[in-house]
Amino acid sequence: MDEPIKTPSTITPCATEIMNRATESTLDPADATYRKIILAGDHWVHRVNAGQYFRILDLEGNQAADTLFYDANDPEDRYAADVTIRNQGALYLTTGTVLMSSGGNALLTIVADTCGRHDTLGGACSRESNTMRYAIEKESMHACRDSFICGIHEWGHGLGKRDITCNINFFMNVPVTPEGKLTFADGISAPGRYVEMRAERDVIALISNCPQLNNPCNAYNPTPVEVFIWD
Amino acid sequence: MKLLYEKSLAAAGMWSQTISRGKVLRLTDLEGGANVSALLYNAAEPIERYNMPDTLKGQHTFQLTAGHCLHSDMGRILCSIIRDTAGWHDTVCGCTDAKLVAEKYGSLSYQEARNDFYRNARDNFLIELAKHGLGPRDIVPNLNFFSKVVADNEGLLTFDSRSSSPGSEVDLRFEMDTLVVLTNCQHPLDPGKTYAPKSVRLSVFAAEPVSSEDLCIRSCPENGRAYQNTLDYYALRD
Repeated sequence: MDEPIKTPSTITPCATEIMNRATESTLDPADATYRKIILAGDHWVHRVNAGQYFRILDLEGNQAADTLFYDANDPEDRYAADVTIRNQGALYLTTGTVLMSSGGNALLTIVADTCGRHDTLGGACSRESNTMRYAIEKESMHACRDSFICGIHEWGHGLGKRDITCNINFFMNVPVTPEGKLTFADGISAPGRYVEMRAERDVIALISNCPQLNNPCNAYNPTPVEVFIWD
Repeated sequence: MKLLYEKSLAAAGMWSQTISRGKVLRLTDLEGGANVSALLYNAAEPIERYNMPDTLKGQHTFQLTAGHCLHSDMGRILCSIIRDTAGWHDTVCGCTDAKLVAEKYGSLSYQEARNDFYRNARDNFLIELAKHGLGPRDIVPNLNFFSKVVADNEGLLTFDSRSSSPGSEVDLRFEMDTLVVLTNCQHPLDPGKTYAPKSVRLSVFAAEPVSSEDLCIRSCPENGRAYQNTLDYYALRD
């Protein structure tokens, strides 16, 4: 008799298993009251009102959309990765995740997700962190935190670098193992996958469509994403 | 190492001071099961601050222990974990706030309990930050020393309540002049039903010089480059 096959206890979920949790939206892009393509490496800032639905679409696949949210009426109260993780007792973001603010308020809820898993540990690339992560001479390369600064200045209201905190990376895959390792893995997104949120209060959405060329977060080829808002 | 300063921090206490580079802060878990939440800022330019994602991705780790550096958001090292008898420190779960404490433990006011009233980490952070001209905009994901939180393959988190025993110590060697803001309230995922924060001891020593074989700076090329960035920063300032 053959030995029973032992299943290792530390298998990282494969994309197929993650996709089983995908949930689709019933909203039609043709009915959106706002839509905009954010080109590779560009930033975008826009208000989303309470009750509106907000979708980010990965047009060509494996594109990291680095995203921050602020309470539009009190921008000191902003997206907090740690409060979001604490609140759900889990690391990854998907349908059902409530995106929490530093002050403990619900900003948005993820209501549909055809990717299945999004990251909020990996943060955003910066020219400074690129020197640490890759090489001192990578300092000149375009990076998300500079885009965030441009976007938050565009929004105005006295906001600036001080308000750039740890973001969401929609469509990015940063698996953590039970032994405490963390890696940037190949994306699990694909052309046409999207994540959709319902705003629980009036928020400012700030996106840097990541220009990183040094790791697989964009499959080494940054591409556009599209955003939609429905009333 | 020569002892320069010592301070006991009562349960649910708070503390903020600048510790200059070349000094070591030792945190001691006196009773076992302590949690010390920490925020770190460049004392000269506090818009530069501890950055959880850069610290984790730069060192390809989720746990923090001896050999790891705590990175700022500017590609530099604020401090290095040069010694650790606890073995695992969390930096992704944040801290308690008033609502969470009330939900988990109920409320106990100053009027009812005098100085045993229930405090929470976020309010403690805000009180100390205000003394340095800082506020809610300066709060970022914090460190939780002595707390071990493990993720399963689906990302679900489990708090290990037996991780830190009485006498556990962690030593932080400062590579930059750093504003250190601490509060020792319970970890937000601590499943214990009673409000029971633990006291800790803070000790500051003069550090030994950083050698070419340093455990932390040499643990990965990323730390080596971040340390060079740190030296360059002070080469221009000093």
